[in-house]
Amino acid sequence: MAEKTYEIPDDCRYTRSDEWVHLDGTIGRIGITDYAQSELSDIVFVELPDVGTQVEVGEAFGVVESVKAVNDLISPVSGEIVDVHQSLADHPEWVNEDPYGRGWIVAIAPDDLDEVDALLSPEEYAAFVEERASQ
Amino acid sequence: MSATPLRTPLYERHRESGARLVPFAGFSMPLLYSSIIEEHRAVRTALGLFDVSHMGEAWIRGPETLTLAQKLFTNSVRDLPEGRVRYGLFCQDDGGVIDDVTLFRTGPDEVFFCLNASNIQADVDWMRSVQEREGLACEVLDKSTDTGLLALQGPLAPEVVGRLLSSDTPLPRPWRFDAVRLANTPVLLSRTGYTGEDGFEIFVGADQAVPLWDAIRREAGTQLALCGLGARDTLRTEMAYPLYGHELDRSRSPIEAGLERFCAFGSGFIGEEALARLRETGPREQRVGLALEGRAVGRPGFPILEGERVGTVEGERVGTVTSGTYGPSVERSIAMGYVPGEYAGVGRRLAVEIRGRRVPCEVAKTPFYDRKR
Repeated sequence: MAEKTYEIPDDCRYTRSDEWVHLDGTIGRIGITDYAQSELSDIVFVELPDVGTQVEVGEAFGVVESVKAVNDLISPVSGEIVDVHQSLADHPEWVNEDPYGRGWIVAIAPDDLDEVDALLSPEEYAAFVEERASQ
Repeated sequence: MSATPLRTPLYERHRESGARLVPFAGFSMPLLYSSIIEEHRAVRTALGLFDVSHMGEAWIRGPETLTLAQKLFTNSVRDLPEGRVRYGLFCQDDGGVIDDVTLFRTGPDEVFFCLNASNIQADVDWMRSVQEREGLACEVLDKSTDTGLLALQGPLAPEVVGRLLSSDTPLPRPWRFDAVRLANTPVLLSRTGYTGEDGFEIFVGADQAVPLWDAIRREAGTQLALCGLGARDTLRTEMAYPLYGHELDRSRSPIEAGLERFCAFGSGFIGEEALARLRETGPREQRVGLALEGRAVGRPGFPILEGERVGTVEGERVGTVTSGTYGPSVERSIAMGYVPGEYAGVGRRLAVEIRGRRVPCEVAKTPFYDRKR
């Protein structure tokens, strides 16, 4: 079977539930990783929270639904949802096509920026993906 | 169910092709190769190849073959000519469905049933118990393990199959089959399927399944998509075809499932009296198709809610979803389920409860997908 390779950008931090966070100043954009979209395949629906929602680290704040499966979106950090990607309502397939670009899901204002630094580095996340892919 | 999943003859081919393999009915089967939606669209617009070798084949042979087959099968058997296929059900005495099957008339005193993988053992046990109970002069042979089954489905299927047949062999017409050589391999070639598209189901000896798979892929080339059970499910759901274990089980009758036209009353099948009574009194519930607003998917087990009838609690549960998916060709969220007859009229507004929210839906005309539109 052909080895799959997954894109893991250097400028993001990662969770063990396969979300990425890209920090721009004090706002973090959040989406799911290339590995996650590939595992889910065929994303048909993204359930988004309301802007202004306060979320806790480790809390489910939305859902990504594929033809065959439903996956919770787990917040990488605590903070306030300051933006949601409304276009995904009509184009959920963008999460498959461009998970780090136009497939972004929400933006959050973290309560504590140190929480972002505590997430997995690209190298650590790559090792975590490798571990599961080789099983 | 055994701890080690069973493998079809094509297991290694699926691994080589990068299939995502999942457990299904005790087998390790391809869920998808690349994308369920792309595979689905290939079948609707071009050509898809499925390995469905996990399905069962139970043959009956002997002088009283037709008598046994008619006891077992709700549709009529005796008027089915050789070389024809018919859909029907196995029912218990109370009308509950044991399996939904296709019947192939292969000879004067010989037939076989194509069975759902999850029911093979129960079906074969049932067939033998009826044969013994009735003392009929025939035998039941389970050839499921020895038989591979490929489904080649889509508008290009007749052309590709035509190229793999010798020039003087005609294509079977819909709901007919023929013993032919396909890519020089002896097969039973049946013009049937579970997708709503034109196409073929090809029964082949298990030891010939790999060379036949390879020959079809070579002949069809880039026009062909390998398809997994994911696409098979979205295709059949758009057609509102029932799937055993979802729309059908032993607590459901063909009447409430909307399959009365596959019950030949007067032919003497097991369950006929119970079904005739049910037809008179009307079933408690009916199978319906649901078209949901928005993109969220109504999954099996989700509650169907009544919302608009005056004088009742808004959101009262009236039924349960049995299958649901995003329909790649109808481009919307569709589902099937059971509700009492008073809620089953086309156009009736209902709702599906999805993760604690009411998602409005409407009872839809089925099939959801119309090939001729």
